[in-house]
Amino acid sequence: MQFDKPATTNPIDRLKVVGQPVHRIDGQLKATGRAKYAYEWHDPNVPYVYGYPVGAAIAKGHIVSMDVSAAKEAPGVLAVVTALDVGERKKGKFNTAKLFGGSEIQHYHQAVAVVVAETFEQARAAAALVRVEYAEEIGAFDLKDAMKTAIKPKDVGGAPPDTAVGDFDGAFKAAPVSFDATYTTPDQSHSMMEPHASIAVWDGEALTIWTSAQMIDWWRSDLATTLDVEKEKIHLMSPFIGGGFGGKLFLRADAVLAAFGAKAARRPVKVALPRPFMVNNTTHRPATIQRVRIAAEHTGKITAIGHESWSGDLPGGQLETAAMQTRLLYAGENRMTAMRLATLDLAEGNAMRAPGEAPGMMALEIAMDEMAEKLDIDPVEFRIINDTQVDPEKPERPFSHRDLVSCLRLGAERFGWSDRGRPASRREGNWLIGLGVAAAFRNNLLVPSAARVRLDHEGVITVETDMTDIGTGSYTIIAQTAAEMMGVPIEKVVVRLGDSRFPVSAGSGGQFGANCSTTGVYAACVKLREAIAQKLGFNSEDATFENGEVRSGNRSVPLAEAAGSEGLAGEDTVEWAKLADSHQQSTFGAHFVEVGVDIATGESRIRRMLAVCAAGRILNPITARSQVVGAMTMGVGSALSEELAVDVGRGFFVNHDLAGYEVPVHADIPHQEVIFMDETDPYSSPMKAKGIAELGLCGVSAAIANAIYNATGVRVREYPITLDKLIGGLPDVT
Amino acid sequence: MRAFTYERASSVEAAAKAAASNSQARFIAGGTNLLDLMKLEIETPTHLIDINGLGVDKIEGTQEGGVRIGALVRNTDLAAHETIRRDYGLLSRALLAGASGQLRNKATTAGNLLQRTRCPYFYDTNQPCNKRQQGSGCSAIGGFTRQHAVVGTSDACIATHPSDMAVAMRALDAVVETVKADGSRRSVPIEDFHRLPGDTPHIETVLEAGEVVTAVTLPPPVGGKQIYRKVRDRASYAFALVSVGAVIQSDGTGQVAVGGIAHKPWRIATAEAELPRGAKSTADALLADARPTEQNRFKIDLVRRTLGAVLTEARG
Amino acid sequence: MASPIHLELSRPQLLISSVVTSVVTGTAAEAATAQSPGAEMPQNSKVSMIVNDERHEIEVDNRTSLLDALREHLRLTGTKKGCDHGQCGACTVMVEGRRINSCLTLAVMHQGDEITTIEGLGEPGNLHPMQAAFVKHDGFQCGYCTPGQICSAVAVLEEIKAGIPSHVTSDITAAAPLTTTEIRERMSGNICRCGAYSNIMDAIVEVAGTRA
Repeated sequence: MQFDKPATTNPIDRLKVVGQPVHRIDGQLKATGRAKYAYEWHDPNVPYVYGYPVGAAIAKGHIVSMDVSAAKEAPGVLAVVTALDVGERKKGKFNTAKLFGGSEIQHYHQAVAVVVAETFEQARAAAALVRVEYAEEIGAFDLKDAMKTAIKPKDVGGAPPDTAVGDFDGAFKAAPVSFDATYTTPDQSHSMMEPHASIAVWDGEALTIWTSAQMIDWWRSDLATTLDVEKEKIHLMSPFIGGGFGGKLFLRADAVLAAFGAKAARRPVKVALPRPFMVNNTTHRPATIQRVRIAAEHTGKITAIGHESWSGDLPGGQLETAAMQTRLLYAGENRMTAMRLATLDLAEGNAMRAPGEAPGMMALEIAMDEMAEKLDIDPVEFRIINDTQVDPEKPERPFSHRDLVSCLRLGAERFGWSDRGRPASRREGNWLIGLGVAAAFRNNLLVPSAARVRLDHEGVITVETDMTDIGTGSYTIIAQTAAEMMGVPIEKVVVRLGDSRFPVSAGSGGQFGANCSTTGVYAACVKLREAIAQKLGFNSEDATFENGEVRSGNRSVPLAEAAGSEGLAGEDTVEWAKLADSHQQSTFGAHFVEVGVDIATGESRIRRMLAVCAAGRILNPITARSQVVGAMTMGVGSALSEELAVDVGRGFFVNHDLAGYEVPVHADIPHQEVIFMDETDPYSSPMKAKGIAELGLCGVSAAIANAIYNATGVRVREYPITLDKLIGGLPDVT
Repeated sequence: MRAFTYERASSVEAAAKAAASNSQARFIAGGTNLLDLMKLEIETPTHLIDINGLGVDKIEGTQEGGVRIGALVRNTDLAAHETIRRDYGLLSRALLAGASGQLRNKATTAGNLLQRTRCPYFYDTNQPCNKRQQGSGCSAIGGFTRQHAVVGTSDACIATHPSDMAVAMRALDAVVETVKADGSRRSVPIEDFHRLPGDTPHIETVLEAGEVVTAVTLPPPVGGKQIYRKVRDRASYAFALVSVGAVIQSDGTGQVAVGGIAHKPWRIATAEAELPRGAKSTADALLADARPTEQNRFKIDLVRRTLGAVLTEARG
Repeated sequence: MASPIHLELSRPQLLISSVVTSVVTGTAAEAATAQSPGAEMPQNSKVSMIVNDERHEIEVDNRTSLLDALREHLRLTGTKKGCDHGQCGACTVMVEGRRINSCLTLAVMHQGDEITTIEGLGEPGNLHPMQAAFVKHDGFQCGYCTPGQICSAVAVLEEIKAGIPSHVTSDITAAAPLTTTEIRERMSGNICRCGAYSNIMDAIVEVAGTRA
């Protein structure tokens, strides 16, 4: 199916199942511990053994030699495979750092060996016996230094690194009110609860692998490349994924080590990355340094807006696109953005939930708050004044649908925004109380997605697609889509995901999963409807699918009967034509936060949170709300505690476990409110839905930062906003 | 984790004897810190002596009117004990501020006292650490030191002691009771129990080989306002950046120990004498010899401010 | 709001079974497997545990954590390994009626113990009230921390009922109130990176039969 013109009325619009608050169809499996994750595929007939990784002890250099004799002689050991054994490997298309193979060390905890033994305990103990001699080289680990030699890449994900409209410098200088500040965001860790894990089983040249992957086909392709086997020989499965947040988008070392280990040991091998190994072995969200400049008239109308960003990555890597949203979010005749990439020899920087916008909004939306204060205009009003219904860099391109203003207004009303006072003006006991706001913004991405839908003689609809459910609710919204399209109750739908034997889907990433994968299912259902109609001699245009029957004129046939003993199937792929060129598709929202800051210790605690989201049709208000509250929670961590501490001398992230890297706990999170604007976006897809999971994160941290400022009068521009950055500005309490 | 043999000790004396005869042996009770460290091969015992069956898990009154807390009393049970809640609220508070419900259900009184630092360099066996391997150097110094000690440090080690419970016990003048391998008993004031790092940061307490902690005793209740204030980045399940354990009497005098700033709970008699004069002079005296790093200098101010809050609360 | 009666029922279900009563517990029985130091001692041990009312005899490496014994030996994979270092709570199970992190305890130390895992609380179609409340309130996303959250949640309500104070209890000499603040603090040893906390609280509050 080519989606090449805005959607008109279609069976989804019936909203009998889609859009309804359907509980997760996999909920009972998860709540009872029966959902099986990668490491848990125990076939009683398969004699699994265990692999344990060894990580590089240096940040940059080469392996001079490896001594695995002690490890090989250790009890239970079946095989030791080293990076030198497997030699230089071709790298997967989506990997920047090489995962395993060869003598070069690009970053700390890069995998240098896997030890396979009969038991987990034996493998872990033997892994500690591997001796490696390194030749260490000097690396670059400090972004503040490396930014001086940062380069301008040719393009950033298909977009130019720089944009300019009008005369930014001239307008900035000429404006009556201007603002210029630099912000920093730290390296952050996905820290999903399920560690990267794989089970590899070889049968001759064929490899079966259970793993924890957001993108089945990317993993399969890159694993084939890395192992140098034919892609078709690999069967990759990932039906349940214990969180990803971008950390499981790309092939990881566990899959490669399991495959090599299984080959060497001639046994099925399980490998999970140990938690303390994950941070430096895998990917992270890169730190940024961002300069934001805004100039405006006294009325609050922005006349110039500029956003520059610096981030680092390994050679051949990518930058964090933190200035991207500033090209689209606010009006202003004179504008500039620029993004630069420095070389850093830390672990690979790559996508984490809302790459670009998450850190970009952390900076931009503090700057907007600061500018509003400078103008003495309410920050909600300041954003509304500068709303735009067209792409401000290319005014001929309207937004497909943009309701930022309503989000701000409704949120302000519901949250009691008018109660907000001047900075440091409200105190309750030992708590300084403040309110903060930020806009939410994230682009809506469209990627091809395929599915296969089968109807059997019992009237059961089975959907097969390699789409993944990383907690997003894919199982449920896909079932809803198929049920709506085929006119059956959701109980009649079986959804099978995360298997490379199924048609290639969008996968889970970039908040494109829900809209794109359900559209792929929609397309396949259209095909199945045609097949059914054709078999029955109906005109498929006239056929109505409802109540488990297909009806045309005065004829109606139960689907089970229509299927016959053979059953019927439909398969299709949605491809996206150029609609997005003429109309900018983005999602919008507003975050409101109330914080309390302890007047003595500077500890910041969240008291209330509200997000108002405008993101097209909400396919399932339960799972969509969960995505948003989860994103808000991640935004709390990002604002208040999350920072991978870089040892700039030794070249690694020091706090590489869940004790050192503090993500929010229950006690940090109050009840969270989410409001969805009632809207559809016919430019996005026949589902008329857009992404939501990343929108919920974009802006939250800035809203918190702004609330802390409102509470204390202390402005912090370096995330996370920990108490050490506040106490110097708090009143004396001794 | 290295392979080890395992036995269950049947008496304190037998446990002490067994441990003294094998330098590679360790006692295991709750296991919440030891196993964590064994998995990373920071601790590498070849023999574990399970002391959970020793029976030293009671809380009972002492002849002096104080309380004796068995070494194996779980943190949850100690915090929830009626006497502790009523007469030693500071201790109950400190325990409840630590770790998580699950960990407190397992962790023991002695194990909590003996837990090792959470310095991330100590935890990473690729990095030099004088505490892990004497003489290998300290990689924390010059590295990421936001959490580290500001006082009582040495050029060999700037690690902190992570316990909340120990801070309360220090303020409450606890005494650690032990049995040595030869069967003799001794009582060590908690002040002397933990050592400063000096040149030997790997030696953290005065315990001798095989010596078993059997109990911690507290003197008779001292009354006063008992407050434990733990300051951390997230609201729960995190180690202290700074903590203040205090008993403040109505005349302004009192006892105060500080956590998160040194290799042991930090209490200075001369500083305590300043308590009636307020937080500033007390904190100044507590931290007179502080040697903070650029990254943890804030702890100086934070101790002063937290102490200020505690004294305000005590007056209120 | 669901009736708090569910809570009253959940505990006996956990602890009473005919199997349990037939098993000798306590250290005296275990002495047989312990050996005197100095002898050639094995690095493996036989352990007998009652898991979800069923007795299991397994031989484990002494190093085997209770978590790995459950997951890899008994193939009860509902209990999750999130960090293996007591930093996340995904491995929470009930041992002798108390919740602990099963990653930080050795299987060999649980001779004769009664253990309840998520599988023992309920199963699809026959959910424990806490499991049902989690499904109803969407108290999870990826589901990986969920078994630990649910085991903890069940235990937390018992702990409050048993009068155990917490860090946020304002008067520790009195019984802790059943409030959301109390529950949040007590649940803080169970990390959910998907950030389902708000929904998890709704689920627990419903089971507790209290209001925020």
